[in-house]
Amino acid sequence: MAIKKSTGERVGITILAWVVAFLIFFPILWTFLTSFKSELDAIAMPPKFLFFNWTLENYAEVQQRSNYLKFAFNSVVLSIGANLIGLLIAVPAAWSMAFAPGKRTKDLLMWMLSTKMMPAVGVLVPIYLLFKNLHLLDSLIGIGLVLMLLNLPLLIWMLYTYFKEIPNDILEAARMDGASLLNEIVYVLTPMAVPGIASTMLLAIILSWNEAFWTLNLTTSNAAPLTAFIASYSAPEGFFWAKLSAASTLAIAPILILGWFSQKQLVRGLTFGAVK
Amino acid sequence: MATQQTATAGRALVSPSVILLFIWMIVPLVMTLYFSTLRYSLLDPDNSAFVGLQNYTSFLSDPDFIAALINTLVLVVSVLIISVCGGILVALLMDQPVFGQNVLRLMVIAPFFVMPTVSALVWKNLLMNPDSGLFAWIARSLGFQPIVWFTNWPMLSVIIVVSWEWLPFASLILLTALQSLDEEQKEAASLDGAGPISYFGYIVLPHIARAITVVILIETIFLLSVFAEIYVTTSGGPGVATTNIPFLVYKQALLNFDVGSASAGGIIAVILANIVAFFLMRIIGRNLEG
Amino acid sequence: MGSIQLKSVRKAFGAISVINGVDLNIENGEFAVFVGPSGCGKSTLLRLIAGLEDVTSGQVLIDAKDMTNVGPAQRGLAMVFQSYALYPHMSVRGNIAFALKMAGQKSDVIEQKVRKAAATLNLTDYLDRKPRQLSGGQRQRVAIGRAIVREPKAFLFDEPLSNLDAALRVQMRVEIGELHEALKTTMIYVTHDQVEAMTMADKIVVLDRGSVAQVGSPLDLYNRPNGLFVAGFIGSPTMNLIKGPSAAKRGAETIGIRPEHADISTTAGEWPAKVRLAEHLGSDTFVHAESDGTGPLTLRLEGEAPLTPGMNIFVTPREAHLHRFDKDGRRIN
Repeated sequence: MAIKKSTGERVGITILAWVVAFLIFFPILWTFLTSFKSELDAIAMPPKFLFFNWTLENYAEVQQRSNYLKFAFNSVVLSIGANLIGLLIAVPAAWSMAFAPGKRTKDLLMWMLSTKMMPAVGVLVPIYLLFKNLHLLDSLIGIGLVLMLLNLPLLIWMLYTYFKEIPNDILEAARMDGASLLNEIVYVLTPMAVPGIASTMLLAIILSWNEAFWTLNLTTSNAAPLTAFIASYSAPEGFFWAKLSAASTLAIAPILILGWFSQKQLVRGLTFGAVK
Repeated sequence: MATQQTATAGRALVSPSVILLFIWMIVPLVMTLYFSTLRYSLLDPDNSAFVGLQNYTSFLSDPDFIAALINTLVLVVSVLIISVCGGILVALLMDQPVFGQNVLRLMVIAPFFVMPTVSALVWKNLLMNPDSGLFAWIARSLGFQPIVWFTNWPMLSVIIVVSWEWLPFASLILLTALQSLDEEQKEAASLDGAGPISYFGYIVLPHIARAITVVILIETIFLLSVFAEIYVTTSGGPGVATTNIPFLVYKQALLNFDVGSASAGGIIAVILANIVAFFLMRIIGRNLEG
Repeated sequence: MGSIQLKSVRKAFGAISVINGVDLNIENGEFAVFVGPSGCGKSTLLRLIAGLEDVTSGQVLIDAKDMTNVGPAQRGLAMVFQSYALYPHMSVRGNIAFALKMAGQKSDVIEQKVRKAAATLNLTDYLDRKPRQLSGGQRQRVAIGRAIVREPKAFLFDEPLSNLDAALRVQMRVEIGELHEALKTTMIYVTHDQVEAMTMADKIVVLDRGSVAQVGSPLDLYNRPNGLFVAGFIGSPTMNLIKGPSAAKRGAETIGIRPEHADISTTAGEWPAKVRLAEHLGSDTFVHAESDGTGPLTLRLEGEAPLTPGMNIFVTPREAHLHRFDKDGRRIN
């Protein structure tokens, strides 16, 4: 806005900003607090804000009674694994589109992005039937494959934009210095692209961790990640709010931290570059 | 610029992605198209028959479908309005020099990173539960009867949850666009005597117009596919009050096992998404030129 | 040995022809400068020689061997890029050593060669720094060091000084000239700055829209430009080109006279003119005048001349230095 503001205006805006931010963040904070309450405290009326007996029993129970770690393990394996494999396929593709573009490269890139816009229900039926017949339902490989394919366009797109930022003449200098294609990729391209590759992986892991359509429909117990595990709280037995809170806090904490570091990538990746 | 050697290498390196994505997208889509022309139920698989467009006509004339279509549009438009308008306001606020800006950003952006199943269940239980939820306590403290959210106002409840999830996204994108506004433009405007309202209307709004369009288009693509939040809170109910097209297709496919009907619904969802995607791709395409 | 020959080299990008049949001979040890306005194809020509682009037709010979289809690494040439193109994640040592590493040389040999190149270029103190910690001139030297250490048959420079400030440019020009004296290796240098061309070159190649306009020594091009294009390109300020009766009476469509080859008098002369502007540099005075018979004229006088805007003067060209051009723009001898 305009330049000088009175101190009163500045204080007012600061208070307003903090109130708004606090309100938006509140449900997360409330979940975090509730995770340390006993189940009775969790449903107490009037609600207890800070003064209750803080306990870790919910965290213990979530593991003991429902084997939280198994689902967390699945989330970790799926998010990292699917995207690592995706990276292996995406890096060469992005390389070739950035440095050896053809006439059709732009169209190809747009087509790949468009596959991300296809609604999942459009292919739910054949994928489900296919997985059923191939015994891929409730398998890490099955859902991992789907998660990889969901992110592949995004991986290629983001790597492409990062590669394009590498000045072409540095790669030409490497060629003049006698580097073969492989040497060029290993000694020059990859070291320069590492920050971009890391940021891309960060965003991809976050998106896979939170994916809640295919993970809900293609897994049941063995391969279910945290999204599905939390979903099981929709049909609970008895008092469960405190346990839900504990499970939720554990499930979202890693991603909140990663998400903080990936804001720029989010803007770049999810707006497909249309906003700088 | 590539010499012959790099051009050939290029084609080889991009093939695996093209092949995989082609198989992932085209093959199942074609199969869905095929299934949509069959009367095929998993409960009675041997009795399937080609029925042409019958699935489409029955799907489109099914009152549940009309309801799902309306619900989808209501959900998408409501969340768009709330998240974009709210996003602009939040972005304007965040753009100010405020004490503790980094922490504020973290708080405002956080909901976007919460998985949808957690968001929905936390809102339904801890906040909106009419007996022990926080909102109930607030209502009673003010002398009102607590709202029975998911029973009496199911669609509104879902809209609230989804809006909370997407407001941060809009805020972040719009804040990024705002921050690209030159300091010098602000100074010039102030020298020209522009007050805050005209500054906003004539300078800020046109500058972020493109970002707003992008936010709307991208959110629409994702909002057309809202699923998990409905799945864990209302299962589409009561009745079909919160059933949108994705949930309807899911119901047909995995609860009723009616492959033919579900496939027809899936194709309709694809058509809807394509309309939005067409406009989005135009903007992206223009951006790729530059 | 580092002689380079181009035979009927053409380069087209799709339907657009960028290089239209260039024949060129560069002797071993020569300092050749490709010069021309933006878009004339000089950088493209350099890249064709380097092997970074493929020719559409024609041949590139290095030491009489056909290298047209050979990749850039195998041609034995080294290039200094306009932006230096240093590897940002490697130290100066790493940058200079990279080519030797790619060639598979032993690390003690590499270290020795790197030290030698660094000493030549005053970079010994900076060997462990990264490019972002260096000034523009230092980065320039690292780029040259990277090229020297490969002991190439020829050095290719692509507008290496355009990113430097004026003072540094003059200094580096001298250093590159001295490098050429010391190494005696062929150097091909691309620039749009004709001052660089005139001061550094043994041979200048003037390019105009993808074709060679003229090849010759700097003084050749200055004294006997073969056409309007070269006449107008070489020499600063630009040669005065005059059409009309003054040209016709000398048997030409256009005549040209350089600003330094005309005399000014306040009393009599061929062309009456009025002074529009006089630029006083102390060492020279540039006079911009307007004359009915000839159009605008630029003149250069040594030292200080007491001319002011609005003054009426007479300009007379020195016939010995007059150039004549026919209606196709070609030189009449």
